[in-house]
Amino acid sequence: MTALAEEPVVERTAAERTLLELRGLAVDYGSVRAVDGVDLAIGEGEVLGLAGESGCGKTTVANAVLQILRPPARIVGGSVLYRGQDLVGKKPEELRRFRWRNVSMVMQSAMNALNPVMRVGDQFVDAMRAHERIDRRRAAVRAGELLELVGIDRRRVRAYPHELSGGMRQRVIIAMALSLNPDLVIMDEPTTALDVVVQREILQQVEALRRDFGFAVLFITHDLSLLLEFADRIAIMYAGELVETAPAERLATGSRHPYTQRLLQSFPPLSGPLERLTGIPGSPPDLRDPPSGCRFHPRCPHCGPERPELYARQTTERPVLREVERGHRVACHLVEEKGA
Amino acid sequence: MSALEVRDLSKRFPIGGALRRSQVHAVEDVSFALRPGTITALVGESGSGKTTVARLLARLYDPTSGSVLFDGDDVSRVRRRRDVLRYRSQVQIIFQDPFGSLNPVKTIRHHVERPLRIHRIVPPDRVEERAHELLRTVGLVPPEEIATKYPHELSGGQRQRVAIARALAVEPKVVLADEPTSMLDVSIRIGILNLMVRLKEERGIAFLYVTHDLASARYVADDILVMYAGQIVERGPIEEVLAEPLHPYTRLLLAAVPDPAKRDAERIEARKGLASAAVDPPEGCRFVSRCPLAIDVCSRVTPALVEARPGQAARCHVTAPAPST
Repeated sequence: MTALAEEPVVERTAAERTLLELRGLAVDYGSVRAVDGVDLAIGEGEVLGLAGESGCGKTTVANAVLQILRPPARIVGGSVLYRGQDLVGKKPEELRRFRWRNVSMVMQSAMNALNPVMRVGDQFVDAMRAHERIDRRRAAVRAGELLELVGIDRRRVRAYPHELSGGMRQRVIIAMALSLNPDLVIMDEPTTALDVVVQREILQQVEALRRDFGFAVLFITHDLSLLLEFADRIAIMYAGELVETAPAERLATGSRHPYTQRLLQSFPPLSGPLERLTGIPGSPPDLRDPPSGCRFHPRCPHCGPERPELYARQTTERPVLREVERGHRVACHLVEEKGA
Repeated sequence: MSALEVRDLSKRFPIGGALRRSQVHAVEDVSFALRPGTITALVGESGSGKTTVARLLARLYDPTSGSVLFDGDDVSRVRRRRDVLRYRSQVQIIFQDPFGSLNPVKTIRHHVERPLRIHRIVPPDRVEERAHELLRTVGLVPPEEIATKYPHELSGGQRQRVAIARALAVEPKVVLADEPTSMLDVSIRIGILNLMVRLKEERGIAFLYVTHDLASARYVADDILVMYAGQIVERGPIEEVLAEPLHPYTRLLLAAVPDPAKRDAERIEARKGLASAAVDPPEGCRFVSRCPLAIDVCSRVTPALVEARPGQAARCHVTAPAPST
C-alpha cells in the first residue's frame, strides 16, 4: 500500500489546491473489508470519476467521505482530509455543519428521496434552514432561483413530487445539493435510473453549473463510457482497491491495468467496426475471502504459471499504485515489470 | 418466412375515474416480423411501450386491436389452455430481473426441468440428462453441481443464464428478451449478448431484444425498431439506421448515447420534453413538440411509416414524406 497522496492532474502549485484527500482509507462491514487502503485526491473544481462494478466499494467510499456509514460499516483506518482537516473522528455536531454546506451528495435513485406529501419548495426551505440561518421567505425565493438554475420553471416550487417526471425530480435533488454552495458535490449514479436523452441533458446542465460555480464533483458510476466523456480524471476500483487512476483521455486510449482494459472492451462501440468482445471471464471476488496477491489475478489474462517468478508475485504479493507517467498510476505487477 | 408476425397491434390502458375517462395509448399500430435466425432490437426510452409489446407477444396481455400471427394463425386472443401451452412452447420470454424471475426456494434443477416435464419435451427418464445439456449450452458448468444450487448461490449473470436455459428447454422458435442485461455488471453483459448471438446462429431462433442501450443493440441485432410514445417511428437494418437515421428522434437518441469515440462531436439540440405515454393523443406526430424539424403539417396529420430507403422506414413528414398520390 502506498502512503503517497495523489495529486490532481491539473498543474497546481501546492496542497492548498487539493480539496479532498483520502489517505489509506479502509472500511469494514463487520469482518469484511469493503474498502482497502484507498488513496485519492480531488482538486478544487475537478470532476473525478470513480468507476467499478457492483460491490467494488465505490459507494462505500462516498459514504465514508460524508461519514454517513451505517453499522456494521465503519472506518477502520486512514483519513479523510478536507482542506487538510481530518474528518475521521469529528464530533457529530461538527460533521452536521460540514455536510451539505461543504460537501453535498446526490444519491442513487435520489429522485425517490423527496417527501411525497410536501411541496418541493418547502423541502428546499427545510434543507436550507437545517444548515444555515436564513428566514423562510428568503429561503423560498432562493428555492425558486435554484430550480431555474437546473432548468425548471420557478413556479414549480408549488408542485408535489408526483407532479414532476423522474428527470425533473432528479434535477430538483441536484438543485438542493447546490443550495448552500458546496465546494464538492458527490454524485452516486445520479442518472442511472434515467433515459439517455434526459441523462445527457442533466449532465450538460451540471457541467454548465460547475463552470459557473466552480464546485468539484466526485462522480460515481458503473458506466465507464459516461465518465470518459464527462470526467477530468478517472479512478478505477476493483474489489475494494484502486487499481488505476489517470486523466480521462489518457485512460480512454492508454490504460495500463488489465482490468481497466477489459472493462473498456466490455462496451460495444456505437460507430466504427464491430469486433467480437469477450467481457471479463469469471465474476468479481467474494470479499469475505478475497484472492491473495493481486485481487484481479484469477480473472487476469496475463497471469499464468508460464512465468513462474511473475506468477509468484501476482498470486502472493499485493501490487501498489505506482506512477507510470505524470498523473497516471497503476497497481499491477506486470506493468511494474515492464517499466513505466 | 417469418417466425412471428405482428400486424397493427394496439394496446390501450384505461386510466382515471368514472368522470374523467382517459386511455393511455401504450402501443399503437405496431407492425413487424421476426425472422428465424435473426435478432431484432426494439429500442426506446422508458414509457415508450417497448415492454408492453414484448408482453403482448408473450400473451401476458390481450391486445386492444391487431393481430399476432404465428404459423399463419392469429394467436393474439387464444384462451384455451391447450392452445396457450402450444404457443408458449414456441415463444418464450426472458425478463430483466434474474433475481425476481427465479423461485428462491427451488433449486436450479427444478427451474430447468419443469418446462421439460410440463411440455413433455423428453421422456421422464431423460429429463435430468437434458437439463444438464441445457445448462452446458448456456455456459453453466459443471451442470451437475449448478443444478443442485439455489438461485441465491449464483451471481446475477449466472441467474440470467438459468433463465435462458429455462426458456430454451422447450426448444422455442422465438425468444423475447426484455432488457436481459440491464441489471448485470458491464463485464458480465457481453457474455449474455454473445450467448444470444450463438443461439440465433446455431438454433435459428428469432430474438426480439428489447433494450434502451443502442450500443448493445448494434452489437447483437440485425434489424432495429425504434419506438416513441407507443409507435414505431423508424425501422430497418440496424447498421443502416444507425449510420443514417431518418427520424429526428432516432437522431436525438443516437446523439445522447455516451460514446467516447465521438467526444466533443456536435450534438443535436432538441427541445426538452417528455416522451409521455400518450394519453388520449391528438392527431399529429407525437414527437412534434420536441422536434427541431417540425413543419406545419406535423401537428395536424399523423405521419405513416414510409419506406424512404430500401428496407428503412420512418414516421416523419419531413425526412420520409409519403409519396404524393
